Amino acid sequence: MAEGRSPLIDARDIVLEYDGRRVLDGVDLSIARREIVTLIGPNGSGKTSLARVLLGLAEPQRGRIERAPGLSTGYLPQRLNIDKTLPLKVRRFLALAGRTSRAKIDDALDAVAARHLADLHVASLSGGELQRTLLARALLRAPDLLVLDEPTQGVDVSGQVEFYELIGRLRDRFDCGVLMISHDLHLVMAATDRVICLNHHVCCSGAPESVRQHPEYLALFGAEAAGRLAVYAHHHDHDHDLAGDVVDTSHHHH
Amino acid sequence: MLDDFLWRAALGGFGVALAAGPLGCFVVWRRMAYFGASVAHTALLGVALGLLLAIDLTVGILLTCISFAAAIVLLQRKTALASDTLLGILAHASLAIGIVALSFMEGVRVDLMGYLFGDVLAVSRTDLLWIFIGGGLCIGILIVIWRPLLAITVHEELARAEGIPVLAIQLTFTLLLAIVIAVSMKIVGALLIISLLIIPAATARPFAQSPESMAVFAGLIGVLSVAAGLFASVTWDTPSGPSIVVASSVLFAASLLARRSVR
Repeated sequence: MAEGRSPLIDARDIVLEYDGRRVLDGVDLSIARREIVTLIGPNGSGKTSLARVLLGLAEPQRGRIERAPGLSTGYLPQRLNIDKTLPLKVRRFLALAGRTSRAKIDDALDAVAARHLADLHVASLSGGELQRTLLARALLRAPDLLVLDEPTQGVDVSGQVEFYELIGRLRDRFDCGVLMISHDLHLVMAATDRVICLNHHVCCSGAPESVRQHPEYLALFGAEAAGRLAVYAHHHDHDHDLAGDVVDTSHHHH
Repeated sequence: MLDDFLWRAALGGFGVALAAGPLGCFVVWRRMAYFGASVAHTALLGVALGLLLAIDLTVGILLTCISFAAAIVLLQRKTALASDTLLGILAHASLAIGIVALSFMEGVRVDLMGYLFGDVLAVSRTDLLWIFIGGGLCIGILIVIWRPLLAITVHEELARAEGIPVLAIQLTFTLLLAIVIAVSMKIVGALLIISLLIIPAATARPFAQSPESMAVFAGLIGVLSVAAGLFASVTWDTPSGPSIVVASSVLFAASLLARRSVR
């Protein structure tokens, strides 16, 4: 954490309601430059809503958000549903970000090691390739703050590890803050500075290891899915369990 | 063959096809076929309104289509109603109200079949003017909003996060759709106009490598459909609007076969 520096974004006491349901209830969140913050929590706990508020896509009923002057944000959405009838190559998809050039697009693709995808159709990309493409699109905006919404859905475990390493390198290279929404604390641990566990309000936050042992964290995830807790008990050496868990959580999303 | 009415028919048809092709691509990409059909169904209410207020019928149709389309876009953002249900209710209610209202008007003889299925061989000079001003306006505005509209089509939230004024662009596109539908009434009629939007676009898909090339191909395929349909109509004395749609459907079927033999 970067003490003594003003944060990129500072949200205080955020309250968001949909149809009378309180999705976010007094949430505080602040992200500093070069800090990687991971947001975890059960499905429907308000993770995506909080990200949308920070991005300015949703207007909270209460609360205050302060952004660093001239803050530019890059957003990596959960998934892309391009209609099969739309012929769109990766390069053209990136150009949709606006105010860009061929050279800038090449740079962004190089930064995520995806130059070879430039002339492929977006609809034909694998999960991992699509993720890199979306990341390149976010980088085109020269973001101070990257917001990634469950970026590793549908990506295998080795791909996920690789992706988080990439995020760590991009943070160093572009000197940006990162907010990552994840359903999977295990894999993000190495790259994350701070974990925030959300269930409409902030249950607990801190370094990954301390959150993992926090009673509220255990209560939350123990209650949501016993299977998931078992996976955490198994520690790092069971890729199959983990992969199974990833498939399982993605079911909940549909 | 160089009869005046036939030239007007061909010019009107080509104009409509060139504007409908690119717009139709967005209708296909954004899965708005049912929305387009619903807007077209309200056109008959516009005819009734035009007669009632004694204004130009195309203006009546235009106003009705635009209000309906804008109302739907705004309603969809506010209500939890399933949008196809909402569209189905409003479209068929306004079609029925339009027909009932027309039946009440004494002393006014309206060619109902013409408005439902088109009467391309009765295209007047005023109609041509409408088509070329309306169609030209649509293409011009579409070019201006092309990139933001495409960005919204690919991912609405991402586009919003990148600062694109999503609602304004959506409403503008809807307005263009309403204009094209209104000026196309004479050519293929309220019930068939949506086919002129989506069939050429679908036909163009296998041959296109980019959104732009698909839009241009769709326009050209639409022109070919109009030419073939008119030729058939004159040769075999078939109704012109449906003949154009049959021709475009045949081209679509051929494109499926062509794709199979290419790959």
